[in-house]
Amino acid sequence: MLRFVLGRALRGIITVWIVVTTVFVVLRLSGDPASAMLGPDAPPEAIDAFRARHDLDRSIPVQYVTYIGNALRGDFGVSLADRRPATEHFRRRIGATLELGVVAVAIAVLVGIPAGVLAALRRNSIWDRLAMGMAFIGQSAPNFFIGIMLILVLSLQFNLFPSSGRGSWQQLVMPAFTLATGLLAALARMSRSALLEVVRQDFVRTARAKGLGERRVLLGHTLRNAAIPIVTLFGLSTGTLIGGAAITETVFAWPGVGRLTVNAVSSRDFPIIQLIVIVIAASVVTINLLIDIAYGLLDPRIRATGRGGA
Amino acid sequence: MASKATTRSSPTLSGIATTPSQTGVSHDALLAFERGSSAPSRWWWVRTISPLVWVCLAIIAGFIVCGVLADVIAPYDPTQNDLRARLQPPAFADGGSTAHLLGTDQLGRDLLSRLIHGARVSLAIGVLGMLCGAAFGVMCGLVSGFARGVVDEALMFLVDAWVALPFIIIALSVVAMLGSSLSVLILLATLSGWATYTRVSRGLALAAREQQYILAARAVGARPGRLLVRHILPNIIAPLIVLATLELTAIIMLEASLSFLGFGIQPPTPAWGYMVSEGREYLHTAWWVGVFPGVAIMLVTAAVSLAGDWLRDVLDPTLRS
Repeated sequence: MLRFVLGRALRGIITVWIVVTTVFVVLRLSGDPASAMLGPDAPPEAIDAFRARHDLDRSIPVQYVTYIGNALRGDFGVSLADRRPATEHFRRRIGATLELGVVAVAIAVLVGIPAGVLAALRRNSIWDRLAMGMAFIGQSAPNFFIGIMLILVLSLQFNLFPSSGRGSWQQLVMPAFTLATGLLAALARMSRSALLEVVRQDFVRTARAKGLGERRVLLGHTLRNAAIPIVTLFGLSTGTLIGGAAITETVFAWPGVGRLTVNAVSSRDFPIIQLIVIVIAASVVTINLLIDIAYGLLDPRIRATGRGGA
Repeated sequence: MASKATTRSSPTLSGIATTPSQTGVSHDALLAFERGSSAPSRWWWVRTISPLVWVCLAIIAGFIVCGVLADVIAPYDPTQNDLRARLQPPAFADGGSTAHLLGTDQLGRDLLSRLIHGARVSLAIGVLGMLCGAAFGVMCGLVSGFARGVVDEALMFLVDAWVALPFIIIALSVVAMLGSSLSVLILLATLSGWATYTRVSRGLALAAREQQYILAARAVGARPGRLLVRHILPNIIAPLIVLATLELTAIIMLEASLSFLGFGIQPPTPAWGYMVSEGREYLHTAWWVGVFPGVAIMLVTAAVSLAGDWLRDVLDPTLRS
């Protein structure tokens, strides 16, 4: 198990390094941030000064070595727009995004899994049809459109929640739900089909035959074994959630990393883009590592052989 | 060889004709199927289309027709401003007129015409991206699965690293460096799916290369290129077609999202995602400006993914129960 975890961790670190390098090289080769920031009419002296300040006048390999060295010490350069450290921009925004993300995942789990379980237990009932119909809509509607429909109905029509900003819990409800929809829908569909799959297995029949109550059968035997595909889904959804955050935060004017990213892309603020890409790659790699470990905890067979992938 | 002959005679049924050999349908049944004698007619799949799937196919057909014939169908020029007719409600709402069936936007442009022209952008990027992504990804996957060894390891590591990043972040980085134009968007659409195609086609190629017919083809002296293109590819095409429909919805969604963020096709050319973001400003006075394009995106993605489910059931007899 330990060897497996260490192997995965090493692979993850190499992945992050590849990502960092690719982004660095490609972004630097692509164009001149100095003229992008200062405008095409900027005097040459200003452009030279700008380049010297941001180390843009040195060769790309030198810039790269400096960059990696600084990055390892937690220095990711300064924003090209206001010369404040990229990490400072990031730190000011990450709280809002984490808040949004945690609440969204909580909503998705607390609504999606029970909905899927209910749908599976009452298969082909009206509840099943309703839950799966909603899940399908949730998966085919783009995030931004769900957000806009929520604003239209809940803010403008019924005046229940404010349509933008951050501060009160009311302002959190709609963005969190919007961000949650994709994962919620996927969780509902996945837990339904996982449960239907497991219910047919012999050990469930055995559990019933030895006289366990339905509740014990469901919680102790069925759900536990349906957990693996659900955990897999979490790993696959992390990326979708992060991408969704950029859009959701834009719709609801939520001051998080997503909007920071969109703004940095508009102004070609490379140090900030690089920092965000690195942090996202690192977090996705970490989450996948945790999920691999979770497999081991959930399924003794994987633990025994020390190999991943269910 | 039987499977190959069938593939040639009826390309649309290649998936059905070839998979039975893997799923244990007897050779006689296959031959009967091929002759079309006692086997179901070649139109059997029409009966598998449920009413819902018919609706989906109709939506997809409408989407394609709008995209291709936008200039002919659209009642107005989609970029023609008419400031006297700003924010006109749709015909069925209070104060609407049949002059603008779906109303007008903040510059008085006809919303229906903009929707029809917007289909062109989604369709072009979706289809081109899907084809290029499939071509590139399947090529990588076949090479990886067929060559194995170092090439395989390297490609798979690249695929793993690629999928470690949410694609929208890659897309935003690419937009930051190249700006946004039609060709950049098609590049992004191509890149969005290649890793999935590579993974899937590698797995399929690995399974297919162990089959007897590959051994037979190799025994008669076929070279690797011919083996891949003439023997392996036709036999793994069915799951790839299904994957392509999934990718198509993903690409349409991606294009809409980028366009919503302002990084898609630049105005005044109409694109659905951007139309939704324009409509956001007018939600309290003119809901239709933002809602109709959003509904259009949703209908098309839902229709393509339901049609994809149906296609999967038709192409893969093992799933039919």
